Amino acid sequence: MAAAAARWNHVWVGTDTGILKGVNLQRKQAANFTPSGQPRREEAVSALCWGAGGETQILVGCADGTVKNFSTEEGRFQGQRHCSGGEGIFRGLAQVDGTLITCVDSGILRVWHDNDKEASSDPLLELRVGPGVCRMRQDPARPHMVATGGKENALKVWDLQGSEEPVFRAKNVRNDWLDLRVPIWDQDIQFLPESQKLVTCTGYHQVRVYDPASPQRRPVLEATYGEYPLTAMTLTPGGNSVIVGNTHGQLAEIDLRQGRLLVCLKGLAGSVRGLQCHPSKPLLASCGLDRVLRVHRIRNPRGLDHKVYLKSQLNCLLLSGRDNWEDEPHEPQEPNKVPSEDTETDELWASLEAAAKRKLPDLEQSQGALQTRQRKKKRPGSTSS
Amino acid sequence: MAKAGAKSGGSGNKGLKRKAATEEPQEAAVAEDGTTESRVQPSKAAAFPPGFSVSEIKNKQRRHLMFTRWKQQQRKEKLAAKKKLKKEREALGDKAPPKPIPKTIDNQRVYDETTVDPNDEEVAYDEATDEFASYFNRQTSPKILITTSDRPHGRTVRLCEQLSTVIPNSHVYYRRGLALKKIIPQCISRDFTDLIVINEDRKIPNGLILSHLPNGPTAHFKMSSVRLRKEIKRRGKDPTEHIPEIILNNFTTRLGHSVGRMFASLFPHNPQFIGRQVATFHNQRDYIFFRFHRYIFKSEKKVGIQELGPRFTLKLRSLQKGTFDSKYGEYEWVHKVCAYSLKSHLDNFKRME
Repeated sequence: MAAAAARWNHVWVGTDTGILKGVNLQRKQAANFTPSGQPRREEAVSALCWGAGGETQILVGCADGTVKNFSTEEGRFQGQRHCSGGEGIFRGLAQVDGTLITCVDSGILRVWHDNDKEASSDPLLELRVGPGVCRMRQDPARPHMVATGGKENALKVWDLQGSEEPVFRAKNVRNDWLDLRVPIWDQDIQFLPESQKLVTCTGYHQVRVYDPASPQRRPVLEATYGEYPLTAMTLTPGGNSVIVGNTHGQLAEIDLRQGRLLVCLKGLAGSVRGLQCHPSKPLLASCGLDRVLRVHRIRNPRGLDHKVYLKSQLNCLLLSGRDNWEDEPHEPQEPNKVPSEDTETDELWASLEAAAKRKLPDLEQSQGALQTRQRKKKRPGSTSS
Repeated sequence: MAKAGAKSGGSGNKGLKRKAATEEPQEAAVAEDGTTESRVQPSKAAAFPPGFSVSEIKNKQRRHLMFTRWKQQQRKEKLAAKKKLKKEREALGDKAPPKPIPKTIDNQRVYDETTVDPNDEEVAYDEATDEFASYFNRQTSPKILITTSDRPHGRTVRLCEQLSTVIPNSHVYYRRGLALKKIIPQCISRDFTDLIVINEDRKIPNGLILSHLPNGPTAHFKMSSVRLRKEIKRRGKDPTEHIPEIILNNFTTRLGHSVGRMFASLFPHNPQFIGRQVATFHNQRDYIFFRFHRYIFKSEKKVGIQELGPRFTLKLRSLQKGTFDSKYGEYEWVHKVCAYSLKSHLDNFKRME
């Protein structure tokens, strides 16, 4: 596989079939990476997060309870650890100070010591967050604070260095106009920068802002959008608005100062599973059940920038936050890459010299295809590994 | 010149392409002519002043006459051109250039990147492990429940009965106002594999919900052009109990594959060729045409077919990932209409094909 080119991938997407896809938007290529060489549904990726050391490592949470370590520098999976305990898929993965935080669907949040050994050590800390968790998110400004929320599981903010009780526990809004209890279903949580506030989007198409600094435990601001559950949310650069996506593939930008709808983005045909904005550029990456990764430009001019068809249903994505979108100019060319590839292929080639011409199935095709794909601009193609 | 401007503004719809190029001399001619009567007189003579336009004749009958005469002349010229071309081709014989391919909407279509390549491993794995895998591995055989929306009228009831003769191992049940979400767990416990709900509006069936049962996708179609058995001309006798063969045409994209597999999983795997019956789902420009025929081979290459059974046309509105849950379910594909763009209108016609 294009190992050195993997570090220049702009977007990393996890799929339902266990494949991690790296997409390079500049060269319009997508590459598949699997831990075991074959896609397996048991390893369906449910959570992705950047590992330690900038953006060189990715932690991949799979459906069978393992967290795999993928190195973008080398372009392959390096290790895995079995984070057992609790039923359900991973709803949140985070990394702080050499420890790994995982949260599963049944509400068990564990902090693991990050050693490279494959043996599963006991967790450093275990918290019970409550059943039916839909998201666990780490505060990027204060990495030891995490927030969890889910279906009939109110928003709670936990301090992992503090006590076992949540620092902030949100209260449900008042009964509605029929005096019925409003149900809770927090689907996604984001921490707002430069303040303690949090934003959540719910399955009952509401967007709520909570402020732990204020004495009010109820949401400070509530806005609604559409009629379908909102499944994913991301903050825009600038911090004044969020972009939400719902199960019908509608994307909307909602201003948090006034609680009103700014713009809608078109294009998605299926439920939105992952959304992420670039921290400085006005780019939004979105993936969903319609098997297509789209990158939209959210400001001047608003529209679709890239659209990449990736053949499996996409679950989550990571957008690289780096500033230079182009590849390094002195990228070693393909002929130079051959020596640094696996020696097995060289031996294979050597043994094939005498025999009739035979094409290697995957590696050589992707080598040759990489060259041709740079010329073919029409199709933003996706390749097999 | 203002008068000239008004006149050429009035030459709206009947604008002749031949005359459009002569707009500027036309304005000059108007300035020269002055009145409209003088333009009527030269029509009797064969030579018209340059810059004359049929649409500027104010008299409707005259105008119509002039237009029909012009049209006839165009037709004659076209026929003459065709004959000339044909003669030239015959004269050249083998050296004639190949015939140009006519432009059709299908030809002009943008290639859909989601078209499934038969050698694609990722898609093959996806399909081998999706919700229909147990059917295609011959582990389960289909058992269908057909029902309608509440209080169906005659056409819908008869369509359900006819559908149940077409689809083997299917049972029709009256809806009785039950909620689908309550029906589905009961179906699962009774080993049904698929649920078909025919929606009715104003006494005609207009929608179809097809839900694959244990946890499979739910497709919602718009149904049109429903013809019951007695409305089909030159039809054969009623279908027998033999299991029909299936033909799925043109389901080439990834979405098309999913929908095609849904249809395939309605019928048992082992078609009985003795029965000579075939059910066809033909997809063309995102409309799926359902037909049910009985065929007989008259010779090696000639087949005679008789249409039996109901016929209808389906158009996919949405494909949802789980069983029926229109409010909180996650959609894999939703038909989105951009009301004011022709290009997107044509693009929409390449979803499943």
